[in-house]
Amino acid sequence: MHIPDGFINIPTAAGAAALALTGVGYSVKKAKGELDEKAAPLIGLVSVFVFAGQMINFPVAAGTSGHLLGGALAAVLVGPYAASLALTVVLAIQALLFADGGLTALGLNVFNMSIFGVWSGYAIFLLVRKTLRYSNSALLIGSAVGAFASVPLAATSFSIQYAIGGEGTFAPSTVFTAMFGTHLLIGIGEAIITTLTVGAVLKTRPDLVYGKNKRAKVTS
Amino acid sequence: MTIKPSVQISNLHYAYPDGNKALNGVNLTIASKERVALLGPNGAGKTTLVMHLNGILSPTSGAISIADFTLDSSNKEITKKVRELVGIVFQDPDDQLFMPTVFEDVAFGPTNMGLTEGEIEERSVHALELVGMLSLKDRAPHHLSFGQRRRVAVATVLAMEPEILILDEPSSNLDPASRRELSEILLDLDVTILMVTHDLPYAFEICERSLILNQGQIVADDSTTSILRNSDLLTANRLELPRGFAI
Amino acid sequence: MHDLPGHVKLLAFLAFMVIVVCTPITRWPTFVGYFLIIVLVLTLSKLPALTLAKRATIEFPFLIFAILMPFTAGGDEFEIGPLELSREGSIAGLNLITKATLGVACSMILAASTTSHSLLAGFVRIKTPSLFVQIAAFMIRYLNVINDQMTRMKVARESRGFVATGPRSWPIFTSTLGALFIRSYERGERVHLAMLSRGYSGALSSLATERVSRKHWIYGALFPLFALISFLLGMVLFS
Repeated sequence: MHIPDGFINIPTAAGAAALALTGVGYSVKKAKGELDEKAAPLIGLVSVFVFAGQMINFPVAAGTSGHLLGGALAAVLVGPYAASLALTVVLAIQALLFADGGLTALGLNVFNMSIFGVWSGYAIFLLVRKTLRYSNSALLIGSAVGAFASVPLAATSFSIQYAIGGEGTFAPSTVFTAMFGTHLLIGIGEAIITTLTVGAVLKTRPDLVYGKNKRAKVTS
Repeated sequence: MTIKPSVQISNLHYAYPDGNKALNGVNLTIASKERVALLGPNGAGKTTLVMHLNGILSPTSGAISIADFTLDSSNKEITKKVRELVGIVFQDPDDQLFMPTVFEDVAFGPTNMGLTEGEIEERSVHALELVGMLSLKDRAPHHLSFGQRRRVAVATVLAMEPEILILDEPSSNLDPASRRELSEILLDLDVTILMVTHDLPYAFEICERSLILNQGQIVADDSTTSILRNSDLLTANRLELPRGFAI
Repeated sequence: MHDLPGHVKLLAFLAFMVIVVCTPITRWPTFVGYFLIIVLVLTLSKLPALTLAKRATIEFPFLIFAILMPFTAGGDEFEIGPLELSREGSIAGLNLITKATLGVACSMILAASTTSHSLLAGFVRIKTPSLFVQIAAFMIRYLNVINDQMTRMKVARESRGFVATGPRSWPIFTSTLGALFIRSYERGERVHLAMLSRGYSGALSSLATERVSRKHWIYGALFPLFALISFLLGMVLFS
């Protein structure tokens, strides 16, 4: 999902960058409030975790493999603001030191994956947990639904950007159908991996799972 | 004028928030420039005690003084000062070396002390000289060997010119040569040392005095020689000299 | 090239790419100019071009879009051998491929010629929020440490006879991932403790050490400047 240069025109990319910056700025403020001076080392290590997690390839079938995007997972484990910052840093480092994702598209990518993907996934997680009245399995079901939804939602965000400033001959509706469809499938994998991973952390260090201790209002 | 002891602890009690009692009335005085080994089995409360010495944990009851300062969790100025005086070298040098290069890491402490650029430079260079790592000052930590990282970790603390140097398992994971090099460095330092270790020969080599902490209390406080000769005491506290080692 | 401060290089490459993306593809000689500039920079930087070319494969997924366009766009069509291609679609596809390739080339030169340290110093110079720079610094510092940990976990898995086979092996992977999270988090806490012990109170000041002179800015500006000249020439000559 890392958009390269030239796919979306500059005005749209600049607009997305402005939105992304606002989101990142807000996350910086909130994360500092939540974690104080612990924020930098903790979120830094969470970034490493996300980066490394994206490199673990899960065999799917017949030689193909998939990997985790990790937005919803990070949000459930460390909260949406820390997760946004971690994913933003990962995307920035990937673009600047690993040539993954276009320079002019960084704002688009950050908005789709680190802001919109993370916050929408986390909001859905909170809603599901609340609906299930915080029952024992609510945390895992919430993680599954949140992780599942976050992927096609990020793809939707991309489709909207394409509709506004896409450089191509496909009708926006075609792009939306194709992106949404494939990312529904990817979302299933994301949901399974996220849920199993949250479950694994719950088993050994339940105190670390941010989403477990939050009964908060939906924030985004 | 009498020199104040580096550490003075009286009747220190500490219980974790979950109610688990870790320290049950510790009394301890360490004189200036003394070298002391803190021994004891796993879970005896050694790390908890160390975390009290620079105010990261606050006692449930009791008092702690470092040189001229009595710790008070509500007084941030004193906590800051005490953290300058108490230098802790953690067990895993990768936890301690978090900056991009060796030099920046050593300069981290002095920078937080609000020194001038010249002083920061001077102290960092001096500390790296003391541990013999000046020539590698621009390296990234992950390009160093484990022994070199441990030495740089010692330098990061020495650059703050502490009153007392606390080392957590300094000899762990070191090859025999690095182990000897580190002990030579430590013996040359003119500073109070508190060394937490399971490595009894290393304690014998470096520290004239040893303490045994068990179940949150100091159960022995004597010269390292007499403690290591008392095999009943060692056995009772799950401590053992290596086979064939005699004092 | 290698000596330019991180932020100067970053801004120069960003400006270059903004100009590139803004250029209509129909002015194809302009793009020849852009490629020449890239080749020139590549030569000056003495980077191994072949190694870089191998890494360029990461742009492939999005290229599928570009390749499909000539077949699907409709409208005015032309034939190459047995293929019927849409003129509009071909131009759009070419547009994507050209710009994405320039973008990847640019990013790779940037990535290969910039050390993580100079990038961090660059972040500080362009007034990135300090928390953000610190997170990036920690991430770069601990990437190797966690990577080694991951390798060790893999070795431990495999030395006990584990073979990855489809979704049935996922629980093993995810428990690894869970353990990786716990280890990373605990490392974060220990690092925080080590920082506190040396008087940390929220600021990490010693990262901005590079001196930036006017000469650096002028060198940096040359890169997008050439692109701008190419852009303007193309506009005058081909519109």
